[in-house]
Amino acid sequence: MEQQFEGVRGADTLDIASVREDFPFFAAQDTAYLDNSATSLCPECVIRTVSEHYLREKASPFRGLYPLSVQITEAYEAARETVRGFINAPEAAEVIFTRNASESLNLIAYSLGSHILRPGDEVLVGITEHHSNMLPWRMAAERTGAKVRYLLCEPDGTYREETLREALNGRTKILAITHCSNVFGRVNDLRRFAELCHANGTLIVADGAQSVPHMPVDVQELGVDFLVFSGHKMLTPMGIGVLWGRRALLEEMPPFLTGGEMIDAVTTDEIWWAPLPQKFEAGTVNTGGALALAEAIRYLGRVGFDRIQKREADLTRMLVEGILDTPHVRLIGSQDPAEHHGIAAFTVEGVHPHDISAIMSDGGVCIRAGHHCAQPLHQHLGIPSSSRASVMFYNTEEEIGRFLTVLRSIRGAMGYAE
Amino acid sequence: MPSNTYYNEILTEHNLHPEHKHALPGANTALRGVNPSCGDDITLQLKVEDGVIEDGAFVGDGCAISQASADMMLDLIIGKPKEEALRLADIFIRMIKGEASEEEIDELEEAGALQDISHMPSRVKCAVLGWHTVEEIFKKK
Repeated sequence: MEQQFEGVRGADTLDIASVREDFPFFAAQDTAYLDNSATSLCPECVIRTVSEHYLREKASPFRGLYPLSVQITEAYEAARETVRGFINAPEAAEVIFTRNASESLNLIAYSLGSHILRPGDEVLVGITEHHSNMLPWRMAAERTGAKVRYLLCEPDGTYREETLREALNGRTKILAITHCSNVFGRVNDLRRFAELCHANGTLIVADGAQSVPHMPVDVQELGVDFLVFSGHKMLTPMGIGVLWGRRALLEEMPPFLTGGEMIDAVTTDEIWWAPLPQKFEAGTVNTGGALALAEAIRYLGRVGFDRIQKREADLTRMLVEGILDTPHVRLIGSQDPAEHHGIAAFTVEGVHPHDISAIMSDGGVCIRAGHHCAQPLHQHLGIPSSSRASVMFYNTEEEIGRFLTVLRSIRGAMGYAE
Repeated sequence: MPSNTYYNEILTEHNLHPEHKHALPGANTALRGVNPSCGDDITLQLKVEDGVIEDGAFVGDGCAISQASADMMLDLIIGKPKEEALRLADIFIRMIKGEASEEEIDELEEAGALQDISHMPSRVKCAVLGWHTVEEIFKKK
């Protein structure tokens, strides 16, 4: 199969004016949108793909024997192939479409968990994990009698190799860990983690929700056993996500949701599950979502992933350096902008994150406030909650400037003399 | 520049220098109030004698609105009978819903400075936390 994802060669700087024209959001809203880690904006081509599909060619895939159904089935499977190429998976049948990264992780924890976890076994979960890569494992442990243990990071968000070595033991069946933390923005060396895990007979489940939209991710190079991500964080509407897993594991695992389309045959006594990937895609699938994701991947390719990465690195530097320059503001994680990958979480001395967010909102800036679905991480860091600004390639220096101007005014607005 | 209509001086002053944010040694009733989604978490402590709130205080953490609102509430209800405290809490909660008259809001004294929160749906829970907690205390009795 040919790899469909390829960055555009040519000029190495991105044409920001033309990129912004692709996103109708900017004409409609007068706000600096810096909450991209929560969800990204959508370019018109992606939404057009969805609306054209549902307006002009909607039909049930797989089921119908008429040409339109066959055509939709082919388009859906072509989208799967586009995703396969994007993450360089060995084969398209290992790419399962889900609702989002959360559903993918619930599927893995439920199905793999019930398949391999026995009483006394351990699941090692990174303390940096989003609740969606933590709670499904706690539920799986409860069901199977296994135990969840936490892999602790350093205050700057790094995981030391030694900590992982010490945490792995003969009972550790699974490591659940993020590729890029949604609080620190730090990228974990999953390739090395996978080597250590595999040497210990441990499987590694990677959450790619914050990495896949922002950097080339090659599942074969990473060497992990599972990778999940969400479409809505990479330019699609909500409701489409991906689970990639190794064929041998997916074949052994029992289904998660059962129902239509995921069986070969059913009698009153017996069931024959459908082969991959249909075994894990019960019910009528989200064709519009899959087509949107494929179009988003093509769009990223047209803009050029190398240029996207360079621009996001530049924007991150401006954001992180501006935060570091502001008195009474503490950046969470590394002081090095190169370690932040678009994400800057911070606290302002004496000001609660919800007040920060409200003042930002009055100043025309959208950021996130709270615990970012990573409460145990905040407890580990000893802070109740934080604020977070996150950028994507379509953001501008002016927007980050607006954020920094409001940031500098916050203590004054809250009655502090300076 | 931001135009923070509801982060006025009265609010920031009560947040930065809350008169009633401390433990109350002689308290004979206490109740914790929490907004799980925002992390506002206060414990209201009252000393009630013969149905009159002799003294009151709170401890905890949260955003400026939750903390200032609790402090303003204690300013208002200390020294008053519990029925009067409940009547004022009812006015405050209706003010935040945009349902109180100007005469009623005048009765709230400084706490009336929070009336603009009624235009901020995401902050309503912060503003009413202390007032709901006092209602809970007296409804339980």
